[in-house]
Amino acid sequence: MIFRLVWLLPLLPFVGFALIVLFTNRNKQLSAGLAIGGIGISWLLGWAIAFAAFKQEGLAANPFRLSRDWLPTGSTWQAFGFAVDPLSAVMLFMVPFVCLLIFVYSVGYMGVGKSEGHHAMRGVPAEPGHVDPLSSRFFAYIALFACGMIGLVLADNLILLMVFWELMGLCSYLLIGFWYARKYDDPTKITPKQAGLKAFLTTRVGDTIMLAGIVLLLVQTGSFSFSTIFQPQTLATLASTTVNLPVFGPTPWATVIAILIFCGAIGKSAQFPLHVWLPDAMEGPTPVSALIHAATMVSAGVYLVIRTYPLMAAVENGAALRLIMTIGTFTALFAATIAVAQNDIKKVLAYSTISQLGFMFAALGAGGYVAATFHLMTHAFFKALLFLGSGSVIHGMEHGHHEGAGRAASPTQVRPNEERFDPQDMRNMGGLFRRMPRTAWTFIIGGMALSGLPFVTAGFWSKDEILAESFHTGHRVVFIVLAVTALVTAFYTARQIMMTFFGKPRTAAAEHANEHDSAFTWMTWPLMVLAVFAIAGGWIGISTTFPVLGVLSRNAFHHTIGAMVEAMGIAAEELPFAATPLLASIVASLGGLALGWAVYRAYAAGRFAPGLSPLQRQESTLHVQESTLHVQETTLHVPDPLERPMGRVYGWLQKKYRIDELYGAFVTSTLRLSNWLFRFDDVLVIDPIVDGAGRLGRRLSELSRWSDTHIVDAAVNGVGRVIGAAGGQVRRIQTGKVQNYLLVALVTLSVLLFAFLLMPK
Amino acid sequence: MIPLPAVEGLPLPTVEGVPLTWYLLLAAGLFCIGIVAALARRNAIGVLMGIELMLNAVNINLIAFWRYGVTSVMTGQVFAVFVITVAAAEAAVGLALIIGVYRQRRTVTVEDLDLMKG
Amino acid sequence: MQQVIFALLGLITLGAAVMVAASRSLLRSALWLILSFLGIAGIYILLQAEFLAVVQVLVYVGAIATLIIFAIMLSRNVMDPKEPRFNDQWGLAGGFAALLFVVLAAIVTRVHWPISGAPAPPDAITRLGMDFVGAYAVPFEVASVLLVVAMIGAIIIARERDR
Repeated sequence: MIFRLVWLLPLLPFVGFALIVLFTNRNKQLSAGLAIGGIGISWLLGWAIAFAAFKQEGLAANPFRLSRDWLPTGSTWQAFGFAVDPLSAVMLFMVPFVCLLIFVYSVGYMGVGKSEGHHAMRGVPAEPGHVDPLSSRFFAYIALFACGMIGLVLADNLILLMVFWELMGLCSYLLIGFWYARKYDDPTKITPKQAGLKAFLTTRVGDTIMLAGIVLLLVQTGSFSFSTIFQPQTLATLASTTVNLPVFGPTPWATVIAILIFCGAIGKSAQFPLHVWLPDAMEGPTPVSALIHAATMVSAGVYLVIRTYPLMAAVENGAALRLIMTIGTFTALFAATIAVAQNDIKKVLAYSTISQLGFMFAALGAGGYVAATFHLMTHAFFKALLFLGSGSVIHGMEHGHHEGAGRAASPTQVRPNEERFDPQDMRNMGGLFRRMPRTAWTFIIGGMALSGLPFVTAGFWSKDEILAESFHTGHRVVFIVLAVTALVTAFYTARQIMMTFFGKPRTAAAEHANEHDSAFTWMTWPLMVLAVFAIAGGWIGISTTFPVLGVLSRNAFHHTIGAMVEAMGIAAEELPFAATPLLASIVASLGGLALGWAVYRAYAAGRFAPGLSPLQRQESTLHVQESTLHVQETTLHVPDPLERPMGRVYGWLQKKYRIDELYGAFVTSTLRLSNWLFRFDDVLVIDPIVDGAGRLGRRLSELSRWSDTHIVDAAVNGVGRVIGAAGGQVRRIQTGKVQNYLLVALVTLSVLLFAFLLMPK
Repeated sequence: MIPLPAVEGLPLPTVEGVPLTWYLLLAAGLFCIGIVAALARRNAIGVLMGIELMLNAVNINLIAFWRYGVTSVMTGQVFAVFVITVAAAEAAVGLALIIGVYRQRRTVTVEDLDLMKG
Repeated sequence: MQQVIFALLGLITLGAAVMVAASRSLLRSALWLILSFLGIAGIYILLQAEFLAVVQVLVYVGAIATLIIFAIMLSRNVMDPKEPRFNDQWGLAGGFAALLFVVLAAIVTRVHWPISGAPAPPDAITRLGMDFVGAYAVPFEVASVLLVVAMIGAIIIARERDR
């Protein structure tokens, strides 16, 4: 049966990666084709397996397993392999599909098929209208990443999961720092290389803690495999046996391990306090941001918690779930507030991602297994859509800048390593709706989904379910915070849309922005497909208890994922209908959107915001007029409408509560301390040892030499001398004179003769 | 006349009055003188002369024993003739050598020919 | 009577031999040698070996002694009459020779020589000749080969090298 082919799913993209690296690196088009081919087949096969899995009953209790003994552990073996159950089937539905769409988008984004520019440099973005010199490498990396993510969702044990987890971490580092040679004049602006390192190191913190948790789990249960760990008896044992911790006293093993594993998820899914890497990861190319930092990798953390939910929920009213809920909720609001004050289009989306992931964790903490999974899936679609759309916008801005500025300004003004003009800054945009219609429509659809526009968007259904879950389980504070966050989400989304697409263009670049380049064909089709899913994706999860529409719905999603919950022994009926959460959703969504529209309407249109002094009003009007007539490409001095009213708070928000600076100080001082410690050790401990060893060696060799000269040589030479002396004495017989010899001979002869003769017979 | 050494109980072997022992003593003396000349003379030709003396002493012995022995058998004389022959040949070659050495080394002093020293 | 002749001849021979060994001049030594040879020839006659006496004179005196004198002449310049005639070991040599003589004399006089007093045959020479070509033919031939070889050797060694 088709499940037996599940091992092909991660393998095919990996084969693509290997082929590109080994053979087709020079040929960009072939490389792109190989990557898309690999993921394409994985997608088809993945959908085949997923739909087969949806039809099959009882898969949650008895997942399909394909494994073999791999790791010898003393007298036993740890088996590694892949498993198909409803959860992984849902992930298989989403992941390869989104990957494929983003791969296709990348063809246009990287400019594959175009020529390399005259000033093409490796490791910096290509000039608009030209292909990136390292495109093949890009496709190799994202193919490898796809292998990692698919492997992750299929893994049937924690170690294999960790392998793929780390693989994705590596790809994230490689892809964020894809433009490794890019540098900025502004020293406070982080370069892609630094951002890659930051991402890697921050997630490393989480990963290390997670590994500790996994090892402890092995020690306690003797296995890595999910089927073994999540046996009810094992879980019961873990929940009841306690370990004595210094501050917290006796804590169940289940809680300890769950929290440790959750720390890995904090790192990977960019929750507070390890969220700092995600905004800076926006230095990578936009498809990377879409793929890794919106749809798939960051959701790996959520997936991990969902996967290990039996462990998280093992302890009744456990600290683990409460912690997850708390952190998720806090992060959701925290990130949303920062997003309000960001001016870079991608950064808004980055903080939005952090915020939405917080939603998912909050749901999980409150017991909303199905809700969290649902939101995970819908979020992947509309967030990918939003990111890809932003990429399209940025491309359009660059084209516009190239055309608009290039004609009038001197060409030396625009160089790859200088960012005097930032095509990603929303303050430079405006009025793009007419100029980039397809992008605009799809982006707006994505934005509506994010805001949870009632009924028509997928985001509404999944977010509503989360709110309902938190309300139903009695976590009122969580419910209120999440509702407020939803409002803020809608607000900053509206802000973003208004600033980007509506009103008048604020720069010449925005004015000349367009979608006419051939690359846009590659880019806009995936957008449209994703837009369809952003709308329709929620319909499979409409609760049957919902008024009116509920009757029409089978709530297939709940049926499928709910089976997972039931397999854990937890009851999983659909929530009864409650008006409060629904109302809250609608109010938050519509209210937020309306508020955003109202506040930023004037800004978008180029008019001043209420609250400005007459002088400022005059200045801003003048500036606007100038910018549309002249070729001034600097960021506008028109203040954000929120700046003045919020005062100092706005500054905090913009500076992301200065957490990066705090970490930076901490890290720097730690580095300096460790530097000093190592140098101390090296100079005062290691060096003397090494030098001492050297000196000892030398002493020994001198001793050896002395003995060699004075003892061995003396003996050997002495023997020689003795023999020579003896020989010298003996040679005196050899006088060389014949008569001497003759005399001796005669004497000897005589003696012998007479002795013989005179001997008595 | 000349007192002869007495050997108890045995008549002295004489031929016409000269005992064999006299001849033998003569030969012995000649031989010893020849030894002195051969071993002690510095000149190579002197050494050769000593050797000739020795050979002659041998000859005297041979002939004496022939005469006082079985005279019908001529072995003694034959032997002596051969000795003379060999002595002649050896003297010829030896002198040729001495001349050759003299040409090369400008010396006839035996002592100076000590290349085998050491 | 014979004893007197013997004594005379013996004296001449030994005396001459002593002078050969002791003479300062090499030429004088050679001449004394000749005298010694002649004395020996006389001894042979006394022993009734006439043929040998003649051979002695012919070969020894006529050839060998002549040869010696030639050699002395050819190496004349070197020998300085003032140079010592004996080398360092003359004492040892003399001592040994004296000792040897004493021993030999002791032996000679004490041994009972098995002799017969038969007279010499009248046809000694005939017998000698018959022996040379009869019983001792091979040694005779060998001796002649030896002489040839010696002759050739001597020529080659003493040849002038004027290439």
